[in-house]
Amino acid sequence: MNAVIAWLTDPAHWSGGAGVPVRLLEHLWYTALTVAIAVVIAIPAGALVGHTGRGGFLVVSLANSLRALPTLGLLVLLVSFIGIGLGAPLIALVVLAVPPILAGTYAGVQAVDRSVVDAARGMGMSEREILLQVELPNALPLIIGGVRSATLQVISTATIAAYVGLGGLGRFIIDGLAVRDYPQMAAGSLLVALLAVAADLALAWSQRLLVSPGLRSVSASRRPTPAPRPAAERPAAA
Amino acid sequence: MNWGWIPRNIDLVASLTWEHMVLALVPVLLGLAISIPLGWLAGRTRIARAVLVPVTGLLYTVPSLALIVVLPIVLGTRILDPLNLIVALTIYTVALLVRSVADALAAVPAVTIAAATAMGYRPFRRFVSVELPLAVPVVVAGLRVAAVSNTSMVTVGALVGLGGLGRLFTDGFQRDIPAEIVTGIVLVLALALLVDGLLLAIGRWITPWTRVGAGARVRAGAAA
Amino acid sequence: MIEFRGVTKQFPDGTTAVDDLDLVADAGRITVFVGPSGCGKTTSLRMVNRMIEPTWGTILVNGADIMDHDPAELRRGIGYVIQQAGLFPHRTILDNVATVPLLLGWNKKQARERAAELMELVGLAPEMAGRYPAQLSGGQQQRVGVARALAADPPVLLMDEPFSAVDPVVRESLQDELLRLQSELGKTIVFVTHDIDEAIKLGDKVAVFRTGGVLAQYDEPGVLLSRPADDFVDNFVGRDRGYRGLGFLSSDGLPIGELATVSVGDAGPSEGWALVVDGERRPLGWLDGGTQANGAVTAGDLVPGGSLYDTDSGSLRSALDAALSSPSGQGVAIDGEGRVVGSVSADEVLRALADARRTGAAA
Ligand SMILES: Nc1ncnc2c1ncn2[C@@H]1O[C@H](COP(=O)(O)OP(=O)(O)O)[C@@H](O)[C@H]1O
Ligand SMILES: [Mg+2]
Repeated sequence: MNAVIAWLTDPAHWSGGAGVPVRLLEHLWYTALTVAIAVVIAIPAGALVGHTGRGGFLVVSLANSLRALPTLGLLVLLVSFIGIGLGAPLIALVVLAVPPILAGTYAGVQAVDRSVVDAARGMGMSEREILLQVELPNALPLIIGGVRSATLQVISTATIAAYVGLGGLGRFIIDGLAVRDYPQMAAGSLLVALLAVAADLALAWSQRLLVSPGLRSVSASRRPTPAPRPAAERPAAA
Repeated sequence: MNWGWIPRNIDLVASLTWEHMVLALVPVLLGLAISIPLGWLAGRTRIARAVLVPVTGLLYTVPSLALIVVLPIVLGTRILDPLNLIVALTIYTVALLVRSVADALAAVPAVTIAAATAMGYRPFRRFVSVELPLAVPVVVAGLRVAAVSNTSMVTVGALVGLGGLGRLFTDGFQRDIPAEIVTGIVLVLALALLVDGLLLAIGRWITPWTRVGAGARVRAGAAA
Repeated sequence: MIEFRGVTKQFPDGTTAVDDLDLVADAGRITVFVGPSGCGKTTSLRMVNRMIEPTWGTILVNGADIMDHDPAELRRGIGYVIQQAGLFPHRTILDNVATVPLLLGWNKKQARERAAELMELVGLAPEMAGRYPAQLSGGQQQRVGVARALAADPPVLLMDEPFSAVDPVVRESLQDELLRLQSELGKTIVFVTHDIDEAIKLGDKVAVFRTGGVLAQYDEPGVLLSRPADDFVDNFVGRDRGYRGLGFLSSDGLPIGELATVSVGDAGPSEGWALVVDGERRPLGWLDGGTQANGAVTAGDLVPGGSLYDTDSGSLRSALDAALSSPSGQGVAIDGEGRVVGSVSADEVLRALADARRTGAAA
């Protein structure tokens, strides 16, 4: 334990191209990029499926079966086809991040009280307006839940991507492993764990900011069916 | 792709598959055994819930590679000890199941519990023969998620030299044998599917009452 | 005015929900669709704003074929209230009410001002404006639903069982409120309910549907009660329809009899009943002659009276009820200001009913 603290407090480990700040920024960059791509793919798709009610079964089965897909296997397979670089890890991470966001968006839109949607349509909202002004704002808690879950998995799995040459905090673990440098491995692990916890807290906080207060006072709610909680998910991640 | 790799290494594949199954399922059983009392506690006292739910949630966010690497320091094991992996996966299983068990027990109708009490059940018997059976469907759902996740997460252990079928990934990657990697992926998926189906079947078999009168939820379709 | 011309709706699964409906809902009036569950009321209503498309037939709203409009455009000009209110949980009450004005492109300030006006109109306190639907009672939610439907001042209002989910006491007050609003606004309202009492209370005209989406009878409520078209309507209208029908018969010409009155402190009659009144001749209660202790009437001698019959606005039903519920058998007739003008008797009410029948008036 003392060795780990010594490693973490050694200024040499906090500067330069392989120092903690750079690795941390790399890790954040992969995570942000992956989640952004996944959001762009998954939210529109999930919203469409939830709105039309068509393809829901497909979305749920997809999300469930991708949980079983070992990301490490996918990662090394992709690298063996398209080579070392950002491409393979990015694809693997996006494959990992899409299902929770897709499932969360679908479930959220789908769970919006049908009478609310009916009233919206009856007042003369177009389908687009219904989706953007009514269904998505009401689905936001579950959508953010999906993004949260995806982000955690990506942070976690990006660590593994160091195995195929990617940067990020995983480097400390993988490189430490190669030379049996346990303090470095443990320090890297600690940093990733802290990053994951911090990211989760940040997203929980953003949920407070983004979600309408009207959706929070569910305890006082008279709505007959409370929105289902997002199933805690830790799919095929690392 | 060099498919000839498979028949030449069939023994290796078989032993890794067996190892993989043990590594994935032992934590599920251990996790279940630990989660039931913890979930009961979380559902019973406010303090226990206030502690257990956030703590398990926190454990859940810790990346698995990090956990596998740090555990030897905590447990005093060697880094290559399979115990590390088993403990790590057990922690995830517990993190997931405590919440499921607590929610499932909370969902048992109060009238049912009152009726059981009125018939003379003592608390422990009532828990075992009334509350727990009624919680089974939700618990099994959580168990399936845990089992499937574990099955694929075992492979991460390959990075530290453990990990059952995951070793096909690292070996296939280092020696550039895509067929080996594909074999690993397919077998992990198949195992996950098998375990999931098995748990589903067991869950149905021990809760025959859930199969009667279960109506499909109808989604009112709006015209226009 | 809303006109159904030969309108039929068949769902893809073969259900005929509405069968060849011909009906005109008059402008500025409340038309109620009533009938047992599944008889096609909702389907008929939802065809008006194209939430459901008719299979055959034409629907005209104020003379224009609804199929000539874009559905969303059409709906912005038609208010729509449903049973579960369907308020947007993520928006404040004020913003819920401002929805349609905003859809119509009003600026935010105008829309909110309008919304505040409507909240006042439907009797919602201004401090509700910033709340969210989950913080309101069912009755309050329905008021918001009505305010939201009226926000853009649509000439037509469609209401599908709007008061069915609230408790009976709140339902009464919402019904009264709707009648008050309607007397101010004069909208063309189509109101769906399965409750015949609600239909009779609210409807200027009532359409009774039978299962299979067939219109069984379309008449004013008084006619429905006195002359049901067939056994189905008779059954559906239910018990006491003869008595309830009296509520739709005017009491004009009902003779008002003499009534003995005394004031507190006066000497009471030695026998027979007398009505005790205050200085303004408003009724206080009845006095049974000869029972007061020492001649002078005191508050302790009063026997509670029954219902009062208002000669300005009352019906034969209220006159009869006044007579039947009075301890003396004489109903107390009052004027618009609540001052006693005389008495009515059950015999006179029945005689008036017989006269009305003979001359072929509504009964
Ligand atoms: N979308 C639909 N598809 C098929 N049948 C429907 C649909 N909507 C309503 N129906 C059927 O049409 C009939 C009339 O329904 P509805 O108009 O809702 O009745 P009401 O409002 O009078 O209770 C019922 O038999 C109902 O089952
Ligand atoms: Mg209906």
